[in-house]
Amino acid sequence: MSEGPSTPPDMVRRHRLSTRLWHWTNALCLYALFTSGLGIFNAHPRLYWGQYGANFDTAWLTLPRFGSLWTLPGSYDLALSRRWHLSVALIFAFALLAFMLWSLVNRHIARNLALRRGEMALRHIGRSIRDHARLRLPTGPAALRYNVLQKASYIGVIFILLPLMIFTGLTMSPGMDAAWPWLVDLFGGRQSARSIHFIAAWLLVGFFVVHILMVVLAGPINELRSMVTGWYRLPAPRDGEDGA
Amino acid sequence: MTGRLTRRALVAGLATSLAGCDALGRDERVRRALFSAENMHRWLQRALQDRDALAREFRPDQRSPIFRGNGTMNPGSAAYKALWRAGFADWRLRVDGLVARPLSLSLAQLRAMPQRTQTTRHDCVEGWSAIGSWRGVPLRRVLEAAGLSSRARYLVFHCMDDMGGGQDYYESIDLVDAFHPQTILAHSLNDAPLPVRNGAPLRLRVERHLGYKHAKYLARIEAVADLAAVRGGKGGFWEDVAGYEWYAGI
Repeated sequence: MSEGPSTPPDMVRRHRLSTRLWHWTNALCLYALFTSGLGIFNAHPRLYWGQYGANFDTAWLTLPRFGSLWTLPGSYDLALSRRWHLSVALIFAFALLAFMLWSLVNRHIARNLALRRGEMALRHIGRSIRDHARLRLPTGPAALRYNVLQKASYIGVIFILLPLMIFTGLTMSPGMDAAWPWLVDLFGGRQSARSIHFIAAWLLVGFFVVHILMVVLAGPINELRSMVTGWYRLPAPRDGEDGA
Repeated sequence: MTGRLTRRALVAGLATSLAGCDALGRDERVRRALFSAENMHRWLQRALQDRDALAREFRPDQRSPIFRGNGTMNPGSAAYKALWRAGFADWRLRVDGLVARPLSLSLAQLRAMPQRTQTTRHDCVEGWSAIGSWRGVPLRRVLEAAGLSSRARYLVFHCMDDMGGGQDYYESIDLVDAFHPQTILAHSLNDAPLPVRNGAPLRLRVERHLGYKHAKYLARIEAVADLAAVRGGKGGFWEDVAGYEWYAGI
């Protein structure tokens, strides 16, 4: 550690600037995309599988319209919901692309996110699940490494769910379907893509809820500071532990 | 107690941030920024798309069992009813504006021109899709017959359905879409004359765009150099009234 003398010895640099910038850009984007997306969904709150689907076809899900607390804007305005959604989608998609590329270059993925061989052993995963269930969060320097469940969820979100949102979103665009016809085949039709887009959006909400829960359990001030300023205070070992 | 307080704070926080976004959406500068993303999408899509890249065409057995109507389901005016009663024998499509030879075409004349049949997916801005087989004359054939001027940049489609207050529906496309092989003036749907709810006697099909671009109940095609002087200036009824994107490939 090479921090200045005024920094307490248990404060460490936790998150790079690129990670922090992307994290907050992404958080704002996902918030606007989710709420404006529900506003768009309200125009036709029915979901189908396959190439086509309209009122006379069989929907696998029919919902009442989402209320004004859920949607952007609060009162029904399909045009403005679309303007929000399609503007923010550009920022979201290119920010994700930039983050992925930069994380490859600065080896964030290789160093912090890639799963190591031992971590994929069932015994290791089982122990990590037990530790989480007993809320035994790592202390000391061990808290600086993502555990196997964290890695799996970050990889799942960054490399699967978020790209899935982008590509199912593109499949709903008739212009993109003409440019990239394989999109339609990839998801088995525009209406299937719309359904997957909706399901994946709620999976992201699920990730958000667990993410916030873990931040609260791990110490919200410390976690928030580290994602804003980069500085993280190493959690002190519990009684009777050496922190390793 | 604490749980309820937290929940209340959460709901209040959510409501505040949404209200904040709502207020942002009313700010003129924010609106301009939001509305400018359309140009970025158009530029990106046109960069990724071959000029003549085709929309997916389906087999007839992949059609929707029922092709629903939307928007105007029947223009209902006395003039339209009279045309309908006569089987649209008295209806004419006018082609004028920046053309060398203004045309007035009957349904029979349009049917006598080269035809194209395509089974395509219709995507409504609301989110639903329906697949149907359309048959009609490629727009480029009509434009060639009329002798489109080199000053023309857009084609405006004037319709017969009154959207309220004497405002007839209208739409417009640029020349990239006007000369696209799948852009046709369709007079039939699923091997039968176009039903009233789907735009009888003639509608535009511009397959790389959302449904509201596919103007129904056509009366007149006008070639223009600029959209600013046409009606509300934004190139279409919903573009003027509601703020829909003029580039509807998104």
